[in-house]
Amino acid sequence: MKRFRRLFEKFIEGILLSSSTITSLTVILIVLFLFREGLGIFNRSPLEHNFIIAVSKQNPVQDLSSDQLKAIFNQDITNWSQVGGKNDSIILFTVNDITNYFTEEELGASLEYLPQKLNEFIVSHPGALMHISDKNLPSDFQGHTIHVKNISVKDFLFGKQWYPTSEPIPSFGIWPMIIGTFLVTLGALLIALPLGLATALFLAEVADIRLRNIVKPLVELLAGIPSVVYGFFGLIVIVPMVQSTFKLDVGETVLAGSLVLGIMALPTIVTIAEDALRTTPRSLKEASLALGATRWQTLRRVTIPYAKSGISAAIILGIGRAIGETMAVLMVTGNASNVPHSFLVPARTLPATIAAELGEAPYGGLHFKALFALGIVLFLFTIMINLTVAYVRNKERK
Amino acid sequence: MTRKQLSQYIAFSSFTIISLVVVGILFVILGFIIVRGASVISWEFITGMPEEGMTKGGILPAIVGTGCLILGSMIFAFPVGVLSGIYMNEYLSDNWFRRFIDFMTNNLAGVPSIVFGLFGMALFVNYLGFGDSIIAGSMTLGLLTLPVIIRTTEEALKSVDDSLRTGSLALGATKLQTIRKVVLPVAFPNIITGLILSIGRVSGETAPILFTVAAYFLPNLPHSIYDQVMALPYHLYVLATSGTNMEESRPMAYGTAFVLIVIVLLMNLLANFLRKALGKRVKM
Repeated sequence: MKRFRRLFEKFIEGILLSSSTITSLTVILIVLFLFREGLGIFNRSPLEHNFIIAVSKQNPVQDLSSDQLKAIFNQDITNWSQVGGKNDSIILFTVNDITNYFTEEELGASLEYLPQKLNEFIVSHPGALMHISDKNLPSDFQGHTIHVKNISVKDFLFGKQWYPTSEPIPSFGIWPMIIGTFLVTLGALLIALPLGLATALFLAEVADIRLRNIVKPLVELLAGIPSVVYGFFGLIVIVPMVQSTFKLDVGETVLAGSLVLGIMALPTIVTIAEDALRTTPRSLKEASLALGATRWQTLRRVTIPYAKSGISAAIILGIGRAIGETMAVLMVTGNASNVPHSFLVPARTLPATIAAELGEAPYGGLHFKALFALGIVLFLFTIMINLTVAYVRNKERK
Repeated sequence: MTRKQLSQYIAFSSFTIISLVVVGILFVILGFIIVRGASVISWEFITGMPEEGMTKGGILPAIVGTGCLILGSMIFAFPVGVLSGIYMNEYLSDNWFRRFIDFMTNNLAGVPSIVFGLFGMALFVNYLGFGDSIIAGSMTLGLLTLPVIIRTTEEALKSVDDSLRTGSLALGATKLQTIRKVVLPVAFPNIITGLILSIGRVSGETAPILFTVAAYFLPNLPHSIYDQVMALPYHLYVLATSGTNMEESRPMAYGTAFVLIVIVLLMNLLANFLRKALGKRVKM
């Protein structure tokens, strides 16, 4: 009986142990799945699956970057000599253009002669640049394919253009969103920090217990309101307010996002900073007061310095909350894909982009993978924030 | 008044004023939604289906959907979270393993909700093949709320006096018996409070359900855990930003926001009430 009991206890302990590993497992799975989907954007060409760029055999150009290709398709580059080829003008050709060169009879009822006609075309047009599906390629193709350079991490992080669905070459530069996220978060902090820290100081040092018992639950209630409700409130109240105050064409701006986010980050900052302020030992404060310092002097010279690392943790966690916030920001910042240069223009943030576009991105496509890569960037930001908090707290313990 | 006193007076007054502003902001937001939303609320709104491009009718499918998601996520997250909290507080000493789990739990708590959405879509919807379904959405929400439940369980257990544990062990009870008969009953009210507060949180999350379960519009209620559902927060998002007729669906949006706020308020009140009521019973 006793042995059975012991076995049973061991068994339960095993269950408890495995439950406690689930959070760690989840974090590992999140990393795994984000990278599985997201890294796919980097080791392939920016062309959609199956599509190739082909030129005539006489054309000496072997590879092109996606920027060069985009310039060619936008007709900013019109001569092969601009990309290291012969002095010959570039003739753009996609499958849709085929009827400009051949009649429907020549192509056959079910386009069975298409590959053959593509051959004829490339031979008769040495300056052609073809964007075609490799399924239509004849086996004895008379041209050669151009190697399109892969999307690099640098292009992805610092590229200023985000046109994930543009044909034939999409652009995946997330710099506008990084700056957008940074600006919105910065603005939110400028609003939430003074308000939040002052409220924490009020709760910890100024308010009597009765007042504190009223104010603190209210601040915590602020944390419970769903972000989509903040977004709705922002859309109906704050956006028009920003628009009329600054006489803008649109009120959906960085500032509107910052205002909404600032309010949302308040509870995090207030609660954690107040907890930190309360950890200051009473004896320290009383010693200061006994030496004739006022409560304000004690607060400034004793309590705040003592709680410094806890307050820093509150600020960093507030930043983390702001960076990751999705719905409210999505609803009020206008989601323009330009790099924002002030607080009064529309912008988009990393999480808002994922939320807005993932629904329309075809599964497994480049756009889909790019959005997962955005998720990786966002995840790395939060890991960095957590490491900083752990570091700050660790220092405090010592 | 000396200069010292004056500067204290100025500082403390400004803290007070700023705190009042913060509380004021809360009342403005709540008041705005409640005043505008209350006039929309009717029996038909709560129990009816959306009609005429979601400009009329009710929000029953969204309420039912959110109910399913709350239930589903809690069935998963509550046991796992509480067991995990018990293990971390009662069994683990302060070693590297404990610190590692702590760190991972903090990391999970800090992961943005939209990343949970991506993850849920990749794992549950695609990899495990659940499709957009209640089960995929519930699991995603469950994982999201897990750190909250673990932390509140830990806090609740920490607040149990150690003398109770040593007393029970001294009487010959095993560790498990001590936890079950002594520690858990005392910590129970606070654990339940954590559960209720996380229900409030789950009911309002939008980003994690965008790509795992939420439907723009469904004419039917769900029949199985593999069905898609409408959900209150997503419904509000749709009504506010992409409805077919935004001006006319605005009252519906106010009403939906109202219902969401009421759920959160009710959960907060219930949590406070239970903490007090059950707390008294345990103290005896």
